[in-house]
Amino acid sequence: MEAIIVENISKNYKDIQALKEVSFQVKEGEIFGLIGPDGAGKSTLFRILTTLLLPDSGKGFVAGHPIVEEFKSIRKKVGYMPGKFSLYQDLSVEENLSFFATIFGTTIEENYDLIKDIYEQIEPFKKRLAGKLSGGMKQKLALCCALIHKPEVLFLDEPTTGVDVVSRQEFWEMLAVLKQKGISILVSTPYMEEAILCDRIALILNGEILNIDTPNQMIQNFDKTIYAIKCNRLYDLIHYLRTQDYTESCLPFGENLHLVTKEKVEIEKLKKEIITQGFEQVEIEKITPTIEDVFLHLGQEKKEDAN
Amino acid sequence: MKWKVFWAFVKKEFYHITRDKRTLLILFGMPIAQVLIFGFVISTDFKNASIDFLNHANDETSFELIEQIQSSENFKIGRILYADHELEKGFKDGTSKLVMVIPEDFSKDFYNRNPIEIQILTDGSDPNNAVTLTQYITSIVGSFQQQKLKIPENPQQINIETKLLYNPKSISAYNFIPGTIALILMIISAMLTSLTIAREKETGTIEILLVSPLSPLLIILGKVAPYALLSFIDAILILVLGFFVFEVPVRGSLILLLFCCLIYVITSLTIGTLISAVSKTQQDAMMRSLMGLMMPSMILSGFIFPLTSMPFILQVLGHIIPTTYFIEILKGIMLRGVGLEIVWFPLFVLFLMILFFLFFTWKNFKTRLQ
Ligand SMILES: Nc1ncnc2c1ncn2[C@@H]1O[C@H](COP(=O)(O)OP(=O)(O)OP(=O)(O)O)[C@@H](O)[C@H]1O
Ligand SMILES: [Mg+2]
Repeated sequence: MEAIIVENISKNYKDIQALKEVSFQVKEGEIFGLIGPDGAGKSTLFRILTTLLLPDSGKGFVAGHPIVEEFKSIRKKVGYMPGKFSLYQDLSVEENLSFFATIFGTTIEENYDLIKDIYEQIEPFKKRLAGKLSGGMKQKLALCCALIHKPEVLFLDEPTTGVDVVSRQEFWEMLAVLKQKGISILVSTPYMEEAILCDRIALILNGEILNIDTPNQMIQNFDKTIYAIKCNRLYDLIHYLRTQDYTESCLPFGENLHLVTKEKVEIEKLKKEIITQGFEQVEIEKITPTIEDVFLHLGQEKKEDAN
Repeated sequence: MKWKVFWAFVKKEFYHITRDKRTLLILFGMPIAQVLIFGFVISTDFKNASIDFLNHANDETSFELIEQIQSSENFKIGRILYADHELEKGFKDGTSKLVMVIPEDFSKDFYNRNPIEIQILTDGSDPNNAVTLTQYITSIVGSFQQQKLKIPENPQQINIETKLLYNPKSISAYNFIPGTIALILMIISAMLTSLTIAREKETGTIEILLVSPLSPLLIILGKVAPYALLSFIDAILILVLGFFVFEVPVRGSLILLLFCCLIYVITSLTIGTLISAVSKTQQDAMMRSLMGLMMPSMILSGFIFPLTSMPFILQVLGHIIPTTYFIEILKGIMLRGVGLEIVWFPLFVLFLMILFFLFFTWKNFKTRLQ
């Protein structure tokens, strides 16, 4: 049985189309990542799946229950961590946890084994107000609160946003442990480099799914060659390269640009060509693509299709 | 299970309240400050207020009455006037607070127990003082009568006719205390509940509450109950302050009064939840409760301006505001000492309003976000 099934779900807010015919499935005991930038529609999808919003069209099932008709059954079985760690800032760590335990009809002691590893890290601060915790500790507390009633399916909306690198690392390790315990996890993130930590991912942009696969497969399937290019006038170079026949896409990427070509080109030849165009300090390197390249490339294609 | 959850909510809400200075201030600072500021404004110069006399009688008994008034520490004699055109002299130069006009043949009528008209003119531009001082005079005349005639006070014999110059529509202390109670209960119940629910929306915690297996009704009840209790405590606090600081009495049944307060608090709470159902942020909720609730409650409830002198449309508006009915109840019970046989109607209207607002809150507070 699939933990989550999404079939052609669409959702509009007045004039904004937040989700367009989204479909995917999350298997039991899987960490499924929803990767997309701000405004992609991640939170909207989470709210629909956690029965907080109704979809305009399409179907969804969570833990075997249809999301509209059997929302009450779903609410007993899911754990939900909304974006921006929704905790009571003026309640202490302990007070937050015991409040959420009570409203889910349980106690901290009853399910302590599930949260033990995580809770032990914040236990020294259990008398501290949640508002006074660091981002990483807030994140752990919010996760404990979402886990306190032993959910079958866990929904984590951007759990690593606004958290330091070390805590992010730790967080993904915790998710791996939860997965071992048989909990299915749907997690969203705007950080492409976290995609590799998921079992499978869906890339989402402007409410549309661009691709669904395991992160490795997705990279392998991306059979284009990518060159990272540096020079003194990056912006002009992008303009120039985009007019060339061999270019499939050319996008800025940090202080580099990433060039995807239709056929193989020789690095030395390309370098010479660019230098003749008057660019200086040119460095070219062939690289293996990352999820971000895949994302940018697919996003670019989508945009061109639309035009 | 239900009780445990309810109790957890109540506890959580008390943490929110006691840990937030702003809420505490609104809850306890505001009622006390408002009542005391008001007290400060009206309780100026109750001692040795200057009173002028126009004595048409000039007989033994009238002099005794003037003597009696002077010997109370509230008044001192200002001028003795001789003609009607001098009446306003003291008001105009600001030296007198009151003028008493004693009719001819005062002695004779007094001992023959004929009806007597004593006229009191007061400075209505200072209405709160004016009304209080008139009450003092009335009670002095009453006890004078009692002493001299050795009979129980007989308000029928000496009729004290008061004229509030310059402000015929008076606002008095007696008006003000019930109005203040009504407004403050409204602010606390409606505004604070709408704020606390809007806050859960702002911080996103409402999403977790909704995803929990709790029924929305339980969530609302759990959040609102602590405010109901605290508002009720506030009502008692203001009544006590009113009684001890301004001697505003509760002539009717205290139990009935508290019961009515409770009903009004519940009305306000249902309005508060309705406001929060349509507001997304605390700011939103604040604006709605201030503009949509406080302003009309203050202006159209008869608290400051009498409803009867308003244009028809405003009178109609005034009659859909719960505060209007509650002030009516308060004045009835506190000042006139009436019972359920009189206040049943406004109380009934409040009940209807509760049902009405509950229905809409129920419709609006969904099991989902939108
Ligand atoms: N309540 C709402 N009313 C109107 N528009 C909304 C509402 N919520 C979201 N949107 C719009 O829908 C689109 C998708 O928003 P959503 O919050 O689902 O994106 P997201 O991927 O979670 O982004 P973020 O990283 O900003 O959280 C955005 O364009 C957003 O502006
Ligand atoms: Mg979001």
